[in-house]
Amino acid sequence: MTAIPDTARPARRISLRGLNFALLIFVVLYAGIAILQPNYLDAALFMNFLRRAAPLIILACGQLYVILSGGFDLSMGAVVTLVVLAASMLIGGDPTMTWPVIAGLYAMGLAVGLANGLIVSFLKVPSIIATLGMMLLINGLALAWSGGAPRGDLPDNFRDLGRLVLRDVPLLGVLPIAVIILVVVTALAWWGLHATAYGKRLLAVGDNPRAAELAGVPVKPTRIAAFVISALSAVTAGILIGGFSGVSVNAGRGLELQAIAACVIGGAQLLGGRGSVVGALFGALSLFALFTLLNLLGLPQALRDSLQGVILIAAVGASVLRHRRSS
Amino acid sequence: MQFRSILAATLAVAFSTAAYAQEFNDPVEFKKQRDLLSTKAEGPDGKPWEQHLGGAMIDTAKFKKDGPHTICFSNAGVFNPWRVVGLNNLKGEAALQKDRIKELVILDAEGKDDKQISDIQSLLDGGKCDVLIVSPTTTAALTPAVEAACEKLPVIVFDRGVNTKCPVTYIHPVGGYGFGITSGEFIASKLPKGSNVLALRIVAGVDVLETRYSAAKSIFDEAGINVIGSEFTGSDRAKTKSVVEDYINRGQKIDAVWMDAGDTATAALEAFEDAGLPYPVISGEDQQDFLRKWQKENLVAIAPSYPTYQWRTPVIAALDILDGKSIPGPEWNLPQPAITQETLASYIDERMPALHYSLCGCQDLPGYPEQWGGK
Repeated sequence: MTAIPDTARPARRISLRGLNFALLIFVVLYAGIAILQPNYLDAALFMNFLRRAAPLIILACGQLYVILSGGFDLSMGAVVTLVVLAASMLIGGDPTMTWPVIAGLYAMGLAVGLANGLIVSFLKVPSIIATLGMMLLINGLALAWSGGAPRGDLPDNFRDLGRLVLRDVPLLGVLPIAVIILVVVTALAWWGLHATAYGKRLLAVGDNPRAAELAGVPVKPTRIAAFVISALSAVTAGILIGGFSGVSVNAGRGLELQAIAACVIGGAQLLGGRGSVVGALFGALSLFALFTLLNLLGLPQALRDSLQGVILIAAVGASVLRHRRSS
Repeated sequence: MQFRSILAATLAVAFSTAAYAQEFNDPVEFKKQRDLLSTKAEGPDGKPWEQHLGGAMIDTAKFKKDGPHTICFSNAGVFNPWRVVGLNNLKGEAALQKDRIKELVILDAEGKDDKQISDIQSLLDGGKCDVLIVSPTTTAALTPAVEAACEKLPVIVFDRGVNTKCPVTYIHPVGGYGFGITSGEFIASKLPKGSNVLALRIVAGVDVLETRYSAAKSIFDEAGINVIGSEFTGSDRAKTKSVVEDYINRGQKIDAVWMDAGDTATAALEAFEDAGLPYPVISGEDQQDFLRKWQKENLVAIAPSYPTYQWRTPVIAALDILDGKSIPGPEWNLPQPAITQETLASYIDERMPALHYSLCGCQDLPGYPEQWGGK
């Protein structure tokens, strides 16, 4: 009976520390950006920055659920690619098809998430393997379906979701639609994790599945739901990415790793049980600020990639060390 | 683990670029390709895939054989839209000549050297093939496999080359320098000295892409145009748009965008649109979405090409070889035209998908346009 307060208290303390760490990195990196390029302090450019970071933040929020449950979702990037290709081919440039197709895309995400969750929960396949397989499967399907050259086109009402910027908005000046979607999704993710019984169950499952089961938590449904949330967030991110830049056969490549890195920088523990949505949010923002900063520094591409790798390893390593010390 | 492999791969790319940088700036090849661009093509008018730019002819009498023939094709893969259109062209040409072809066998190497080597081996072991067409994944790795094949049957190589002269002919358009010269000279001609150009490239270390950049860069240097950045986009639209936005946000004026391949050209242009800036001078490629945007927005643009119609030529060459006819060789240089303002309208086909390459030369092939994804 004492198990629940014991896991709940440190979880809150550490997620707060994780948040501080990610927030600190973000502030430092964004300050670096602003020093190099003072116009990034304009509301308009900050909004643009948020618009571009939105897909990664949304992916990080979804990934966080799976990480908290003690797993990984490596199929996110592939879902993003499939969403972009499928949207283009199913909509075929016809604006009246946009909303029905978006509904279809969410149904597809639901199916992918359910499949991931069922495989992990009932077949006992480790999530890293199950979702890796799913990633290959989806990438293969996307390629086979599109034949490597996506047909169709994305009409403006679809593109607007990731691209349109509302002008003359009071206080902010400009407001991209993607940022509105971002706020709604992060609020939902926060509510789901920190304000519902489901969120507490998820933390319990990730912290100690056996104890959670004995305490009466439905472990399998909780895990499955986490994979579903992750896949649905990937669909949302895919819609924003397709909207931002149009059809691309490699729209989602590598995004799953960035999402995992964002969660870890944001203080989530890789084996589950600890982490917060606000931490993941700032983790993703830090990561995106890092990309932007390296870009603004104008380093040669190869050097920039190497530096990015080093910083990622360092950030994740540091966060793992902090957890080890604190536990 | 993943991060370590990312880092290792990045370093590998970094070092390989440094090691090969010299090879991609060959003044002799630059001059040769510049001359080829203005060489008058020989061969039937309006069928550039049957034409050739000068060069010698090869006697193939010793390969003469009664038909119908089995043509075997070892393809590097269909990992991008360019190769998808190309493969459709190759199949279309075979369908056009179906009376003379018993069977067209295609093995897809999925972009892997080892798979392509075993593909070629199994085609040879099968004993069905009368002629072998190879589009190699990489040059050095495939050379021994092609040499082994040459001992058994006539071989045609196209698209990318191999380090052996044993194939009957090597079919390719003018080349990377030619692509870079066409686009570089156009941009230089439209801008005053001291203007800024942003170069967007796909990946490092691929010869046909590196030579495109080296040719354009030397033209910009000569014309006094500043290359303010050279960025790799990995052919990803979102990354392209973000990179261009970052450059715009730096506050530096971008007068032109040069690209080593135009598949992300529309994404680059959207970055200017979203920032409320006028469009830059731009070089793209013969993809439909770029051509449509060019026409709609009245851009100052050019579309050099690496024409996909070159995929028709190997089938024609294969049948000619088995007929014992002379063909252009050991290199068969195809024309490599560019789409300009004057010819733009004739290359736009609203029935075709956004990523279709207009210089497919496929309009007269059976199954057009449905087979190419058109309506």
